[in-house]
Amino acid sequence: MADEVILLDYWPSMFGMRTKIALAEKGVAYEYIETDPWVKTPLLLEMNPIHKKIPVLIHKGKPICESLIQLEYIDEVWSDTYPMLPSDPYQKAQARFWADFIDKKLYDPAWKVWGTKGEEQVAAKKELLEHFKTLENELGDKAYYGGEVFGFVDMAFMGYYSWFKAMEKFGEFSIETEFPKLTQWTKRCLERESVVKALADSDKIIEYACVLRKKFGAE
Amino acid sequence: MATGDVKLIGSWASVYVMRARIALNLKSISYEFLQETYGSKSELLLKSNPVHKKIPVLIHADKPVCESNIIVQYIDEAWSSSGPSILPSQPYDRAIARFWAAYIDDKWFIAVRSILTAQGEEEKKAAVAQVEERTVLLEKAFIDCSNGKPFFNGDHIGYLDIALGSFLGWLRVTELDAHHKLLDETKTPSLFLWAERFRNDPAVKPLMPETAKLAEFAKKLFPKMQA
Repeated sequence: MADEVILLDYWPSMFGMRTKIALAEKGVAYEYIETDPWVKTPLLLEMNPIHKKIPVLIHKGKPICESLIQLEYIDEVWSDTYPMLPSDPYQKAQARFWADFIDKKLYDPAWKVWGTKGEEQVAAKKELLEHFKTLENELGDKAYYGGEVFGFVDMAFMGYYSWFKAMEKFGEFSIETEFPKLTQWTKRCLERESVVKALADSDKIIEYACVLRKKFGAE
Repeated sequence: MATGDVKLIGSWASVYVMRARIALNLKSISYEFLQETYGSKSELLLKSNPVHKKIPVLIHADKPVCESNIIVQYIDEAWSSSGPSILPSQPYDRAIARFWAAYIDDKWFIAVRSILTAQGEEEKKAAVAQVEERTVLLEKAFIDCSNGKPFFNGDHIGYLDIALGSFLGWLRVTELDAHHKLLDETKTPSLFLWAERFRNDPAVKPLMPETAKLAEFAKKLFPKMQA
């Protein structure tokens, strides 16, 4: 039933996109509530009083916060279809490690690449490209991060895809040129309906990034 | 059924290493503890954790697992038929445990650390106030999660108990530095009692560092300390 699952999310959020992909892969119907995190609606404050951020997944009235935690929850609740994580404990640990790497390492330099200027931006770009290199090496010649099947780490990373064009534009680099394996992998992921439907339009993201750049004083 | 050599690369002073050791104790797993020397990184560490180059690293049958919370979950899953469950069984309870464990690392301990790195009295006071505020949130989380039982995980210590409890040694050192109780029996009575129970759990007791020894070590990392 659609009213059992609600997602509070904001259209440009790379984190919300991960959760949307997961719900779609599992075939879970849900109600989507567009929630601007700058506005702090009563529902947002009630469901995520600690961080006051989106996305928030609400299942049977109970909130689950933090996108990677939401992904694990979705995988555990709707366990009869399409496993997102490997069943082998070691492979699972590896998947969690790489999703954690993406969370810990990408966010900061990524936003600084499109959101700042000067020395700060240059340092962020260097760091971001290093992390992309690490992720390219980890992917290697596999079809997906988990191997043959699109899964947890792919979802964690593809959440960032809509922002790639903005990073490339403001950071002045090309992912296709620097990271051919990653590029092939994104194309593979984009064949999936769940991914295409979850992602925001890259040009709209650039417009949004421009607004934020002015707000942060980078323009 | 998981078999094979188990090694743990770590340090007696590390909170994160302690998490892995508590989990191994809970599952009654014998392992070889490879103590890293402070200030240098062994070849084995660099080879086993090339991405972060940090401890702890669990090496099971020659395969490395990194990041403390990931190691604890791995131990729970690889030795699922041994000892109590470390993660709760219900998906919602697991999500809550993971949420608070992330909060403890990303928000709570960052605040505790700011006490140790504070420059001057004003900054220290502000850092103390922030820790108190966040500890009150953890008190409420404890009441919600424990549901009247002795631990966050219920009858036995589990993932969230380990995530927070592993910090108790460092919390004591920080209290000495701040000349202020951070786990206060009047402000956070449930957590205060929980901490005593946690410290005395047989899986934890042998691992808790001596406060004086830890305080001395802390001065190397935090030269501004006043403990």
